[in-house]
Formats: sequence, structure tokens, C-alpha cells
Amino acid sequence: MTSIRIDGRDCPTRAGINLLQACLEAGANLPYFCWHPELGSVGACRQCAIKQFSGPDDTKGRIVMACMTPVSENTIISIDDPEARDFRASIIEWMMVNHPHDCPVCEEGGECHLQDMTVMTGHNTRRYRFTKRTHRNQDLGPFVKHEMNRCIACYRCVRFYRDYAGGDDLAVFASHDNVYFGRAEDGTLENAFSGNLVEICPTGVFTDKPFSTTYSRKWDMRGAPSVCVHCAVGCNTLVNAREETLRRVLNRYNTDVNRYLLCDRGRFGHGFVNAPTRIRTPLRGIGGQQVPISMADALTTFARMAAQGRIVGIASPRAALETCFSLHALVGPQHFCTGQTRQEQECTELAHALLARHPGALPTLHEMESADAVVVLGEDVCATAPRLGLSLRQSVRQASLHTADEAKVPRWMDAAVRTLGAECPSALHVLTPAPTGLDDVAAQALRAAPDDIARLGFAIAHAIDPAAPPVTDLSQDDTQLAARIAHALMAARRPLVVSGMQYGSRPLMQAAASIAAALAHTTPETGLSLVLPECNSMGLAMLGGLPLETVMEQARAGEISTLIITENDLTRHLSPADVAELVAAVPDIVVIDHTETPLCQQASLVLPASAFSECSGTLVSQEGRAQRFFQAVFPSAPIQTGWRWVQALARSLDPSTLHITGLTGWRDLDDVLAALGVAFPPLAPAAQAAPRANYRMDGQKLRSQTYRASGRTVIRSFINVHDQPPPGSPDMPFSSSMEGAYGPDMPAALVSGYQASPWNSVQALNRFQHEIGGPMRGGDCGIRLLPGTGHPDAKPAYATDIPRPYALQADTVLVLPDTRLFGSEELSMFSPPVKARATAPAMGLPASMVTSSHMVLHLDDGPHVLPVEPVPGLPAGIALCPAHMVARAFRFPCMARLERIADEGERS
Amino acid sequence: MLDTLRTLFLTALHAFHRRATVQYPEQKPYLPPRYRGRIILSRDPDGAERCVACNLCAVACPVDCISLQKTEADGRWYPEYFRINFSRCIFCGFCEEACPTYAIQLTPDFEMGEYARPNLVYEKDDLLISGTGKYPDYSFYHVAGIPVPGKDRGASERERPPVDLHSLLP
Repeated sequence: MTSIRIDGRDCPTRAGINLLQACLEAGANLPYFCWHPELGSVGACRQCAIKQFSGPDDTKGRIVMACMTPVSENTIISIDDPEARDFRASIIEWMMVNHPHDCPVCEEGGECHLQDMTVMTGHNTRRYRFTKRTHRNQDLGPFVKHEMNRCIACYRCVRFYRDYAGGDDLAVFASHDNVYFGRAEDGTLENAFSGNLVEICPTGVFTDKPFSTTYSRKWDMRGAPSVCVHCAVGCNTLVNAREETLRRVLNRYNTDVNRYLLCDRGRFGHGFVNAPTRIRTPLRGIGGQQVPISMADALTTFARMAAQGRIVGIASPRAALETCFSLHALVGPQHFCTGQTRQEQECTELAHALLARHPGALPTLHEMESADAVVVLGEDVCATAPRLGLSLRQSVRQASLHTADEAKVPRWMDAAVRTLGAECPSALHVLTPAPTGLDDVAAQALRAAPDDIARLGFAIAHAIDPAAPPVTDLSQDDTQLAARIAHALMAARRPLVVSGMQYGSRPLMQAAASIAAALAHTTPETGLSLVLPECNSMGLAMLGGLPLETVMEQARAGEISTLIITENDLTRHLSPADVAELVAAVPDIVVIDHTETPLCQQASLVLPASAFSECSGTLVSQEGRAQRFFQAVFPSAPIQTGWRWVQALARSLDPSTLHITGLTGWRDLDDVLAALGVAFPPLAPAAQAAPRANYRMDGQKLRSQTYRASGRTVIRSFINVHDQPPPGSPDMPFSSSMEGAYGPDMPAALVSGYQASPWNSVQALNRFQHEIGGPMRGGDCGIRLLPGTGHPDAKPAYATDIPRPYALQADTVLVLPDTRLFGSEELSMFSPPVKARATAPAMGLPASMVTSSHMVLHLDDGPHVLPVEPVPGLPAGIALCPAHMVARAFRFPCMARLERIADEGERS
Repeated sequence: MLDTLRTLFLTALHAFHRRATVQYPEQKPYLPPRYRGRIILSRDPDGAERCVACNLCAVACPVDCISLQKTEADGRWYPEYFRINFSRCIFCGFCEEACPTYAIQLTPDFEMGEYARPNLVYEKDDLLISGTGKYPDYSFYHVAGIPVPGKDRGASERERPPVDLHSLLP
């Protein structure tokens, strides 16, 4: 145990960290700017100056930068030393020389690291009487607002954007006092992680643009821990709400998953909650018109429908586990459909099976960062699981970190390690049909058809373990490549194989699992990660159910009288012809959803469900981590969570027809989860994803508002001047008001925001962590339903159905889904900033096939005229079509005919 | 008997004392300019709203009777609504103290009696006056760094013109 002495106080600490970290971990208030736990130290701002003494007899000491000085045994330092204090005060005074008189009109005000640090150093009067430097701002697109006058030149933004996230359109310009952080010219920040600049920037240079339109100060907003619903990675978020509207989404630290960073889809995709497409009242379809009705009428209507015959339920991979399970309880396993097509369901179930029997490890996102050889097999992770892509980008640094270790350079010494790393080779192999965002850091970026990639994958598995089935007719080049990749993987200490179901290909995932299984034979640390499409795909795979095709058959046979669809847009899964047939064959369709989907127009009954910010529930991420999200917004009456609607429907039925009689008796979320655990034992641990609703800290509920939330006696006085009791929910241990307990030691799953006086910005997170960058003081967050470390003794079961190589066909092309970060995901496209960021759909073709500016693509649902773009490296005979953007249901590869249209010039 | 007469005498004597009662409302008392009465929102010398919706008055209010929502036009921040519940207000003046733009001010007017409580909820229309109040000269946007119509970037007090990024001169 290393120990250092800070101002005469002996503090235990860890070896290998710097003095700034050690001071913060010891609870000392030491100001800093340029250091960031995820970015390391560069010593640019000179703010964390402290006095270091060479020994107990040294009374003079010397000033050092805490962030650049490693901890050593018996280091003696002083933060309170007058000389060090003066040094820090003068540094901040210099920074404030040019800082504008803006705080009242700055979105960062109240949660500004610069404000906190200025107060901390005691600089409260400006002595500088001369003129200030000013800059012109840039329009950085729909996500981020730019205000360069406020800059203190800490360099965090470019270090994050360029060095960490791999962006190249944000840079530093000009010289000396004039340095400017921005783009070469106005335009949208293109990196998928640009939103993190809002949290990374210690002051108000980069602020959240959509939040600015519904702005509220940090102290005024109710916070709730939540989980992102825009992909299957399961990043932890904080939602902030005021006046019962969702205002913004912030990152919530989870040491294993997203840590300090969130992708832009997660941060800005929440707009669907407040969009005009929300369903806010029950609607009844009468003669093609949707008429608002009361809740009681809606339930009587349903009871009448249900008496006509069989009820079938369609769940959704984007609905919470509780909603899916309640529907399962209502209709019974024989009539419960997962709301996925057969191909999608087989893929998710295969992913679950492969992960469950993987003999190696199932790494968390943080563990992936330390993988020293990675193979990405047929998945554009930067579009389907962006945060995972960012972790893989960090894994490329492993070689440089090992070099740094050998050179005895501490890993947090960022500039030095990156300089060393410039020489280190990458060990990331990206084998995909289309270019991905990781190609620039990959050692090998190979383009091939999905089946060919799967074959290559099987060949790699065979090269690692000869017991794996060999691939016949493999070309010489591919055999060599497979051997090379196999060699790189076998040399690694922590290899990782990533694949997914973007291309709906079972062989791809089986190939990935075979490689991982073959490696795990010798390297038990071998990781396998499979990317799934939706936030609860894994939860639904563990519940199981019928695919949509079976429901279609039942409907055709006239066996279904009422169809209950919860939070699922079937037009994104079924072709328009199938949807029309389903609507025609089923007399009554009941839609329970928060957002209007095309099917609502044809439904007999539409019931308003709550969105993720308005209820509590559980989601299972692709790595099998069950995580709880909590309510921040208390919507008005008819809106209620999905499972409560299903329960209300069940109560309106004849009790003898119910499959699970307990359904009508559930009082709160814990009852639902208890019943879930009984019905599905593998899902039983989901109840422990967060403390139960009866959790109390110091005998109190936890507060979800800050202690200084304003406007309590006036905020609804225009409705009624008499005070109303604050709203509440039986499903969570939070009070909706400022009354209740709060502190850095509360359970990590219940942290509703970061504030620990005098730290008011997001950097207050340091106070909530046990170790900086390590676990939270309140323990773990979420629970893994699949074991993180596998069963090394298990005999690897290799898949043997190796696909045939992809053969070019004369008249058709293989159309692959071009899954887009902004555009392909359903809910985020209802969010205005994400919609603004989505580019118009275009078809990608190999350069040799681009003969005109537009072409006609004949998909299942008819011809689509699309602009054509050449995609470098795309294999011949393959076309890329944006998923869900051209034909709503197009998401998996299909063969289609391409037709050329003559260009304007040619015709004339 | 004697006691009764003494009491009557003393009471009658009061008829000749100086009157302490003020004949309000016919006769108005003097209130100093800094008296803490009805709250108003003032305008800057150019006639634009002074309030920039920074929320500091709301957070300073000990009875939480101020609420507002920020909106923005041409770079200027405004309150979309600004509401004070005077049936809760204790006229402590903290809001005025907290205001960084001299927008919210307390005035020497206390005649706000109402028969119905809802009438004591004042909206922005009820609060906003057309003058500058106690501070005739101050304009926040003349010193703040952000540009507003009529004042370009770098044209605030004590500001240099924007930096030319293409110049490498020291």
C-alpha cells in the first residue's frame, strides 16, 4: 500500500497514478482543467500546481504540476501552501482575463468547471482593466453550439476529438493568445461522439444546442438514472426533466460499459419523447378516424373485442422486459410473438446461444479497450453499436501502452504515450462488406461479401484449431490472410472477436464464435462480442416466442380475433403487402405505444404508453447486462407504462381465461420482476439490476431534485394556486421532489446526478468514484445475466455449415443494408436534431458499376429511384441500400434487380 | 369611584394628544425609493427587456415563488414566461440582489390586495414595465461578450475586434 502525505495528513493511495488523481481520491479540492480521467495528463493548463517536498526536513519545497508527477512512496506534498495557492490563483486570473461577462447567458452556468475552479482558488475580483480578445463562432451543426470567447485553451476538446475519438474536422488554429478551437470552415462536426465535447469542455465553449432551446439550469432539473434505448450496447445515461418535459440526456458513468462517453445518437436521440408524434390519449378507430376516448371506454371496448375469440400478443425488442413479460402473461406462450421476423429472431437467439456457451470471456466495453488483437467480422460497429466502436478504437492503443510500460512511461502521460504509439502497429482487423469508421486505425480492412467473410472466419478458426472444420475451395490469398490473422490472434494475450447481425447472417456469427472458441482453447481470456440491433433484443431472446411469420399464418387461417401490439412498428419488419394482409385478416388490432406508428391508423384501439423517461423498467443489453431505468417525468393520467396497460386489459377480461392469474395482482415493478423470475429462471437476477422500490438510505427515499430546485410554489400556479402534493411512483425508491437522501455513497444504479459541493459540474463524478476511472463508491450498476467468464473446460462445438462463396449473378445484385448511425434507428429519427443530421438515402455501388447519377432498385415492395454513390472497395455485385430509409422493412440482405436510368445530359 | 373618574379623565385627555393614525388611503405615507414592495421587470436604456432568463432570482428565492423559462431570439436570451406568485412572496429582495442585469427590482408599491388568490399570480405582462427603474444607464448586453442586433462581436465595452485567424503576427 502506497501512502502519501498531503498537508500533514497521511493518505493511502495507489501506485502508478499521478498526484492529481491521488489528491482527488483523497478527497482534497485541487483545481485542474486539462487533465481528464479518460484523456490523461498533458500539463497544458498549469492549474494543478502543488508544493512537493523532498523529505520531512525540506521546508522550502518546489512547485510541481500534480497531474504530471507520479505518486511515489512517502511523497510529501502541500496543496494549501501559500506559494502554491498564489500560483494557482494567478493562473486562473490569467485565464479569466479574456473570459467574457457571459455567465447569465451561458448554458454552462451553474454546472461550469471553470466557475467551480475560480471559486475554489478564491479569485473573485477582476483586476484586469484592459480589452478582451474576441473570436467569431462557427455553426457546428445541429448538436453543438460554439462560443469561442469563453475558451481557456485547455486543449481538452481537440485531444478528445482527434486523439481519442479519431475525428479530423476539429482542430486548433492560430497562435499564442489567439488560439482557436474549431473547424477549418463552418459545418457540422462529423464525428459520432461530438456531443461529448459538451461534457469534456470545462467551460461553455461547446454547449448542447438542442438543450439550449428548452434550457433549464442544472439545479432546477429532476434527474433520474436511465439506460439508452437507441442501440443494444446499453450505455448508462442521466435524464434531466423539468415541468414534466424531458430536457436533456447526459452521460452516466458505468465503469464497465460507457464510462465517460456517449454517442451522439444516445445523447440527442431523446427528442421522440416530446415530439408531436407522441400518443397522449386512448384512441378508438371508428370508420377510419381515430377518435379520443376515455380510459374506461377503451377498456370496455377491449373487453368486447376480447370476447370475440383468440388474443395474440406481439412484443417488441425496443420495449422494456416488464412490458414484454406482461404481454406474455396475458396471452400465454402459444400466442406470444416477439415482434421479430424469423430471420431476426433466429439471429438473436443464435447470438444468445453462442454467447451463453462461449468458453472464453464475454468482455465488457471497458475490457474491450484492453484487447490486444481484434477481429471485426462483418459488422459495421460504428453504425450499429457506436460506443462499442469507440472502445475498439482504443484497443488499437494497446501496443503503445505496452511499449510505454517497457519504457517506464506512465500510461496517463498522454502526449508521451501517443508519441511512442505513432510507431506501434495496430492489431485491429476489420473484415466487412462496406467501409467502416474503424478502417483508418485498422491493420487490415478487407472488403468481401458476407458469405465470403464468414468463410474467411471459418478458415481463421481452422488455422487456429485444426479440429475446426476446414473451408474448401479457399483462394490462395484468403488462406494466407486467414493464417496471418490467426497468427496475430494467437500471439495476443487478450484477443477479441466481434460480429453481429447487421447482415442477418447466421454463418457470420457462427464463424466469429468458432474463432473465439478455437482461441479460448489456449487463451481463456478470449473475448466474444455479438452486436444486436435493439435495446432489449437480448432480453427478448431470453424470453423467446413466435416469429412474426407464424402470426401471419395464424392470421391467414382466421385464428386471431384480437392482436395486441406493444411498442412495435410492424411496418419496419414486414413488407407493406404483409402488413395489409395482416390488417385485413385480423378484426381488431390494439396498439400500445408511445409514438405514432403507421399501424395506428388501422388499429381499433390505440393506448398511450409511457416512454423510457416516464416509467421505470429493465433492459437487457447485448452483453446480457440487465439494467434498470427510472422515471424522471410524471406524465398526465391516461399515459402509463406498457405493463400497466396490459394489466388493465387483463383486469377487463374474464379471470378464468388468463394464463397467469398473478398478472392482475401486480402492484409495482418488483412484483412484475418477481413473477418474471419464477416464469423465466435465467431472467430472475434481473430483479437485482437495481435496489428495490422499498430501498431507503438513512431511512429516506432518495431525492431526484437538487436541494436547490426553484419555483416549487409557483410552477403550476397558473393552473391552480393551491400547492399540490408532489407526484410519486410505487416502482422506484426516488421521491420526485427535493426531499430525500443524496450522497456520493448511494448505490451506483440510483445516482440521479453528480453534485458534491464545491464541485457542481459533471466533474463532481470524481467524488462518487471509489477510484478515479474505477468502480463507483455505491458498487456495481446492473447485473450480468450471462457469466462474464466462460467455462474453459467446455469442448468447443464448431459450426459445420460453412456457406458457399458468393457468386456474382448477371441480372441481380446482392443488396446489403447500409445501417446508418443517424437514420436507420427508429426512435431517434423522431428527434429533430438527429433528423437534421441524417443525410438523404443514397445507394452505394462499386465504382465500376456507377454509370449514371440515379438508378432504380427493385426491392420486394416495388421500385425505388435512388441517387448513386461510388463506394471505394465495395466488392463487385454488391449494392448498399440504407436500412429502413428506402423501404421501411428493408434491413437484411436480399437479391434485387438494378435498373439504370439515363442521365439528363444523355437523354437530350 | 375616584378610580372610575381618573380613567375617564385619562381617556378624555387622549383627545388632545397628537394623532398617530394616518388617513390611508387619502393620506399616503412616504416610502423610500429602496422600499421592498411590488416586484417589476425593467427594460434597458434601449427599451429591450433586461431579463436574460438566467434563473438566478428563482434560485435565490427562499419561498420558491419565481419561475421562468428561457427562450432565445437573435442571440438575446428572454424569459418565455416569467411568473411570480405574490401570495407566497415575502418581499425579501433576494431576487433583486441576485439579478446580474438589474432586471428584477422591488418598488415602493405595496397596494396589491386581491380578493382571490389566483389574481396574485403575476405573469410577465404584469411585471414588465417600460422604464429602466432604479438603474437608468446599465445595459447587460453592452458588457456581455455575445453579439446582439446592433452590436457586433468584439464591440462590447472593453473588447478588441475579433481575431483574424489567418494572421500569424504576434
